[in-house]
Amino acid sequence: MASSLTECDNALFLVCTEVDLDKNMKILIVDDFSTMRRIIKNLLRDLGFTNTAEADDGTSALPMLQSGNFDFLVTDWNMPGMSGIDLLRAVRADERLKHLPVLMVTAEAKRDQIIEAAQAGVNGYVVKPFTAQALKEKIEKIFERVQAK
Amino acid sequence: MALSKDTGQATAQEYEHSLKDNARQLVDLLEKGQFGEAILVIHAINQARDRGLYHEVGLLTRALHNAIVNFQLDTSQALGDDVEATRISDASDRLDYVVTLTDKAANRTMDLVDASAPIVANLGQEAAALRTDWERLQRREMAAGEFRDLYKRMGDFLEKTESSATQVSGQLNEIVMAQDYQDLTGQVIKRVITLVHDVEESLLDLVRMAGQVDRFAGIEHQKATPEAKKVSPKGEGPQIHADKREDVVSGQDEVDDLLSSLGF
Repeated sequence: MASSLTECDNALFLVCTEVDLDKNMKILIVDDFSTMRRIIKNLLRDLGFTNTAEADDGTSALPMLQSGNFDFLVTDWNMPGMSGIDLLRAVRADERLKHLPVLMVTAEAKRDQIIEAAQAGVNGYVVKPFTAQALKEKIEKIFERVQAK
Repeated sequence: MALSKDTGQATAQEYEHSLKDNARQLVDLLEKGQFGEAILVIHAINQARDRGLYHEVGLLTRALHNAIVNFQLDTSQALGDDVEATRISDASDRLDYVVTLTDKAANRTMDLVDASAPIVANLGQEAAALRTDWERLQRREMAAGEFRDLYKRMGDFLEKTESSATQVSGQLNEIVMAQDYQDLTGQVIKRVITLVHDVEESLLDLVRMAGQVDRFAGIEHQKATPEAKKVSPKGEGPQIHADKREDVVSGQDEVDDLLSSLGF
């Protein structure tokens, strides 16, 4: 009781999580803007995920993923160097990474792009500007599906 | 530049008039078999054409020069301050400044929230603990020694609440102050918009003048075939008029609908 209470207290703007997720899972946040990385990191922390790392584009993210035992990838689309969609494709093409759950958090809002991301194998798609609730829902949905498999 | 456009128009009309007159004369002369005279008329037509062409090219060159000069003046004078003018001398520098300011403001705001959150959380926890003991006191389940302890804790808590409230309200004020970037970036962005607008107008004028040159020179351009638009992997960034475009979703709900229609 006491531990679940503080967990709820920590979720500053959120309702307590109902889905049982591994709070220690390692998450990589990829965005070229440090502010957005920080916002996502804070939201994840409020959800209880503290094991996070950051990268500023696909080029720096890919080697981290390949050597870092990450459980989850949250990436932007539009970045200098390697874009998020290319990173997603690289992840799906990598034998060891192809099952990594990927959530795209991006300002790209064209239908074609969302379909493109879906075809490339994205697990969730959140458009900016987004709410803490939307991010939480998508993460839960992704892991519900991953756990159901 | 609007002026030069009109004179361009006038010269073009003059040229066309003289071309008509000369053409009639040329036909007359040719029919009469006066070939020497006819050659002179052809020569005159050529000269009028060349004069007009040189005139238009001259106007075009001057307009281009003015456009470039005005553009530079605009950027350096707009800021007034000489030091600033050399440091922020063009639109992209100014927009970089917007990026820097908004980045600073966002981080400042998040720092202050990070600083305030534990204070509030701490007060909440202590209040909860005190309330539990307070209820025990109301139910008369508390021994005298415990009560003395509660009495002291209550006093400490009130004192702490007071100082924490001062601290948090100070931080809230600072969060408000951190939004002053909106004013500064708004001004910079408006200037850049004006600049873009001016450049657009200058370019349009240049296009009009180039059109005159084309008329004199008899150049015809092939209509550019619109290239098939394809989605760039680089992305487009935020959509400004999402609600007015068919090919763009206007929010998370539409993204979810689209994805679920794809079997997600």
